[in-house]
Amino acid sequence: MSRKQLVRSKELPELPGDDSGCTILHADMDAFFASVELRRQPELRGRPVAVGHPGGRGVVLAATYEARTFGIYSAMPMSRAMRQCGGLVVVPPDHASYSEASKQVMAILRSITPEVQPLSLDEAFLDVAGAQRRLGTPRQIAKQIRSQIADELDLPCSVGVASTKFVAKLASSQAKPNGLLVVPRESVIAFLHPLPIGALWGVGERTEEALARIGMRTIADIAHTDVSTLVNAVGKAAGAHLHALAWGRDARPVVTDEPDRSIGSEETFARDIADRGAIVRELLRLSERCAERLRAGGLVARTASIKIRFADFTTITRSRTLPEPTDVAQVIYDTSCRLYDALGIDGSPLRLVGVRMEGLAAARSTPQQLTIAGEQEEWRAAEQAVDQVTARFGRGAVRPAALVDRSGSGGSPNT
Amino acid sequence: MKIRVERDSFADAVAWASRILPQKAALPVLAGLRIVADGAQGVQLSGFDYEVSAQANIEVTVAETGSVLVPGRLLAEITRSLPPAPIDLATDGARVVLTCGSSRFTLPTLPLEEYPTLPEMPTASGSVGSDAFAAAVGAVATAAGRDDALPVLTGIRIEIDGEQVTLAATDRYRLAVRTLRWQPVEPAMQTTALVPARTLAEAAKSLTSGAQISIALAGAGTGEGLIGLAGADRSTTSRLLDGEFPKYRSLLPDSSSATARVDSAALTDAVRRVALVASRTSPIRLSFAADGLELEAGGVDEAEARESLPAEFEGEALTIAFNATYLLDGLGSLDSDEAQLSFTGPTKPAVLTGKPDGDGGSDHRYLLMPVRLAS
Repeated sequence: MSRKQLVRSKELPELPGDDSGCTILHADMDAFFASVELRRQPELRGRPVAVGHPGGRGVVLAATYEARTFGIYSAMPMSRAMRQCGGLVVVPPDHASYSEASKQVMAILRSITPEVQPLSLDEAFLDVAGAQRRLGTPRQIAKQIRSQIADELDLPCSVGVASTKFVAKLASSQAKPNGLLVVPRESVIAFLHPLPIGALWGVGERTEEALARIGMRTIADIAHTDVSTLVNAVGKAAGAHLHALAWGRDARPVVTDEPDRSIGSEETFARDIADRGAIVRELLRLSERCAERLRAGGLVARTASIKIRFADFTTITRSRTLPEPTDVAQVIYDTSCRLYDALGIDGSPLRLVGVRMEGLAAARSTPQQLTIAGEQEEWRAAEQAVDQVTARFGRGAVRPAALVDRSGSGGSPNT
Repeated sequence: MKIRVERDSFADAVAWASRILPQKAALPVLAGLRIVADGAQGVQLSGFDYEVSAQANIEVTVAETGSVLVPGRLLAEITRSLPPAPIDLATDGARVVLTCGSSRFTLPTLPLEEYPTLPEMPTASGSVGSDAFAAAVGAVATAAGRDDALPVLTGIRIEIDGEQVTLAATDRYRLAVRTLRWQPVEPAMQTTALVPARTLAEAAKSLTSGAQISIALAGAGTGEGLIGLAGADRSTTSRLLDGEFPKYRSLLPDSSSATARVDSAALTDAVRRVALVASRTSPIRLSFAADGLELEAGGVDEAEARESLPAEFEGEALTIAFNATYLLDGLGSLDSDEAQLSFTGPTKPAVLTGKPDGDGGSDHRYLLMPVRLAS
């Protein structure tokens, strides 16, 4: 899902020029979670559907285009979405299926070219420069991707084609839903300039406000403003960057397997929780999840941090650098508990807790300081055994005793 | 209270007794240094933070008996900077006036009645040569953990078996064990205690003015345990740590597959040099073979250093990697001009020892866990 739902004002025009040199593709699944659900329950097709936990604290994780006509968008509180659209069908999320579908999508993209940079579960950049001799022009390749994903996976996907990542990403969001848009080099300026400034990559609400204050409405406004004026409004780096983008300049290459900078998991409670026992149990579950992901990615992490959101939405994070890099849940859990206990907030109702591991490095190339008792090695061996059972019998087949009394579904991880 | 004291001995005593005072006291009175002048001769200075107490006695002329509680760190700073002249200290209502030469300080006092009772010094268990004890504690303390999250590992384990005392500390990456002789009051005494390493090291170092230190252990293992150390004119107590110290004896390998003997000063210098290119997390690699020792650090994409050293080596050639700081700590703790390193494999603990000192009285072993190299 694209974070910004740009309003489409008209049918997609064929932009003048050809696709030569437009080797950057942005493939973006349409309403990804919702589409996966529709594939499983085809009887819901044509109805407004939102994925997310109903009521309470749930938010909309994905909405079909039918639901979007009711003004429903991602991250909107589910309770509000349900008020806004009486006939809304709410489907609880099934993250395992989404991640499975995501793997299949990425596998198709990688069969086109190894130059794939996934941005999240449901979108990726491709550089098809090297695939043209084999598969044809960028437009033909984009068509092939769309039809292959539709035929093999029965999922809709939009693709933007351009000479830079940022224009390709804009193009795919303009092509949605289920469309294809090529922005030839000579049409970049004409394509960009009428768009609202919010469409620029890196312009969030705050930057948008700052720019609106100096009269900026469209990308053309930014393009025709002196860099120094922009720098005054939004800061040095951002000002120069936005000006370059407004002229379609974006030198960032497609980076395959961009190493993750951190791995984390968090949980918003259905009701605020103040009890230490329940909170550390959640920290254990999140630590298990982080460690599992570290090991699956062949990574170790040097710094552990926790995130705490109080009932009034005040949010704090605390971190601690470990004596040695780890991929062991027990170590992450112990550290998380210490960080929590050090806050002295036992008894304060919390809305959300999160665990995040930073300072990632490949386990294979990280020297490992051995310990006299070998606890870390023993825990790792035990957890790797669990990984194997999980791979065979599914999540929850083996888990810490403290987590056994909970239902296996857990909550939604946000990464 | 009214006393006249000699500047140097007073400044030393104040500094010693107030060194344990917390920067930020949990209770205001704990920032105080208690001065008691209750006889014709002698004054006791005491500091206490519920964990550690320190008491210094000095010979002074007491003009008027009494006691007072003054801000300790401030008094220490003042006495340190006073000119070399006799100091007069006298209470004046709720204040205390200090005069020295032409300097005059007036300090507020703290409520003495709120001051906690100092723990009583337990009955002496035995005594040990103060320099040997300070050296032993200092050498072992380098291996103690600094992470308060694992309190057991911030301690030095003391094991007493008759005339033999064994000190041990580990932070999980290395383990230092030293035995030394002492004179127990009970010849068959057997006991163990876990003492905060930093406290013990500081106390041992500062109690070397007399030839002997007397050690007193009380209630070890009961949770109310206390250790007392006393030298000439100075005594200190510390709460013992609770918890189970790792069973370390089984970790010390009783055989080895290879042994190297190296000049310890030369090895220390070489490790320091080569480690300049090792980052905090990257280790230094040592390759031992019959023709000597080669040290290396760094790598392909970064700075690299190599150095070779003569070494007497017996056994199977091996390459093993260590954290440079831990290796240097170990070499520094040997107190010997020759270092002996014993190995059983590149991922098995190595043991550093010094040259045997002949009389078998003192014995130091430093077990060091290697770093497993990236594959």
